[in-house]
Amino acid sequence: MKKSKDDIIFEAVNTFFVTVFFIIVLYPLIFVISASISDPSLVSQGKVVLLPKGLNFDGYRRVLEYDDIWIGYRNTIFYTIAGTLISLALTLTAAYPLARRDFVGKNVFVIYFTITMFFSGGLIPTYMVVKALGMRNTVFSQILLGAVSFMNIVIVRTFYQTSIPEELQQAAQIDGCSYARLFTSIILPLAKPVIAVMALFYGVGRWNSYFTALIYLSDRNLYPLQMILREILIINEINMEMLMTEGELEVIHKRVELATLLKYCVIIVSTLPVIMAYPFLQKYFVKGIMVGAIKG
Amino acid sequence: MAELGQGVVVNLDPKPHHNKKSKLKKMLNDYQLYLFILPSVLYFLIFHYAPIYGVQLAFKDFVATKGIWGSPWVGLKHFKLFFSSYYFWEIIGNTVGISLYSLIAGFPIPIIFALMLNEVSNKHYKKLVQTVSYAPHFISTVVMVGMLYIFLHPVYGIANTLIKFLGFEAVDFINKPEYFKSLYVWSDIWQHTGWNSVIYFAVLSNIDPEQHESAIIDGASRLQRIWYINVPVLMPTAVILLILNAGSIMSVGFEKVYLMQTPLNIKASEVISTYVYKVGLQSARYSFSTAVGLFNSVINFMLLVLVNRVAKKLSSTSLW
Repeated sequence: MKKSKDDIIFEAVNTFFVTVFFIIVLYPLIFVISASISDPSLVSQGKVVLLPKGLNFDGYRRVLEYDDIWIGYRNTIFYTIAGTLISLALTLTAAYPLARRDFVGKNVFVIYFTITMFFSGGLIPTYMVVKALGMRNTVFSQILLGAVSFMNIVIVRTFYQTSIPEELQQAAQIDGCSYARLFTSIILPLAKPVIAVMALFYGVGRWNSYFTALIYLSDRNLYPLQMILREILIINEINMEMLMTEGELEVIHKRVELATLLKYCVIIVSTLPVIMAYPFLQKYFVKGIMVGAIKG
Repeated sequence: MAELGQGVVVNLDPKPHHNKKSKLKKMLNDYQLYLFILPSVLYFLIFHYAPIYGVQLAFKDFVATKGIWGSPWVGLKHFKLFFSSYYFWEIIGNTVGISLYSLIAGFPIPIIFALMLNEVSNKHYKKLVQTVSYAPHFISTVVMVGMLYIFLHPVYGIANTLIKFLGFEAVDFINKPEYFKSLYVWSDIWQHTGWNSVIYFAVLSNIDPEQHESAIIDGASRLQRIWYINVPVLMPTAVILLILNAGSIMSVGFEKVYLMQTPLNIKASEVISTYVYKVGLQSARYSFSTAVGLFNSVINFMLLVLVNRVAKKLSSTSLW
């Protein structure tokens, strides 16, 4: 099919705008990376525009020596893995009976779950429940709160219904397969795409959250990475030992420059794991989102 | 053997079980299914329904020694206190202002982006733009706001370096109340447009190419084809998402606003969720804070029902 003149103009204009958007999204990301490995004084003078200048890895060296970050990292990895496993276990199992046509009492459960989407007790009543359970200042507050959302159960249920043939389940049942067996040896292996999507949703959510920690934790040793980041990036509380090197810190603006350099490095160090996991899981995104959308 | 029997029952009798006895028998037979759903039922019971029980605090004066149940009823005292408080209109104004701004600016952009990206003919470029556009979605709120602070720093930030280079005065964006809403909304758009467009993009890729081919034969231009084929296909999805968004006009998420708040921009940045946190947990006024939270959820729910009804009338698409 040959292109008309109008089409060529259209494509040129369209590609131009898409490219503008592309640059707007990409530029800040590249800038942070470049600034994190550049000479901090060149960055503050505005000389680093796109590519790094005065290459140095001093910032990363200092970040890696900062104990709080390691503690935060350790806690976050634990909260993310444990939290995601719990979330997956609850979501994948709850969705299964709801996906079966012959499940007696299905509607009662659906109503029970749906109500939780529209009504919640709010901050204080939830806080009081957590307090009453003695979960404040424990890891349980960090891995149990927000473990399941009905929205995700619906996505998984829809996936079970649309992507796993009913005949397969019936055949297995005729062979004397129990529901538990059916679930572990037929449903789960076939549900890999939706498991990947759920793991991503829950995992990224856990990795990035600071709210539950802000509300329920006061023990610094339990702080997740995001709480440490908040101190560094937002409250501007940087352990000054981190900035100390002989003689260098007499000048106040040197100190600010160094603090800013550390911020760039901290951003990279904390975001890297998520960005790295993302290409592996990306192929499942669209599928997962579409499955969820069918129900609407 | 019991399991064998169970399987046979399911397959020989696909009709719904009408009498109570066979229903009960089926439930007993399927006890495993109930064990499957039990953990989630308990989860919601503890972390959703138990707090809903605590909502009665909004109508009581909480006394720690007496507990939730034993504290005295005070009717609508806390609601009246909130409605007549000095901050009431400011907080409501900020909350609604930020959400409406987000909705009006943030809702169409992913649709437009998906439509435009869909027209890019180079497959590799399309894929690249798409992949990069998702990436910011995975940045945490703390890092996102941290980036704003760094980029907009009045002395060292790159934005002000540029402004000064162009010969203007540096602006302290973060601390100026008049910039708060725009910073909040546009940084959100930067972060989530790519991700929010995924669903539209997926819908577009499902369009039957024959539709476009026959439109071309009929002499439709490129823009006409987008307007008359692609846009209508996106409408049902867009309406559903619009309803969901509109239902939360009165709730601005806590996380980002709280991080962006400074003592200097507080007039523009205090919203219901941050207020609930401050009076509730920082000042320990449990009952008052619960009342504010309850007021917020009731309005949210009413909005959801209302918007859903409007959408049903206008486009025959609705949530339920």
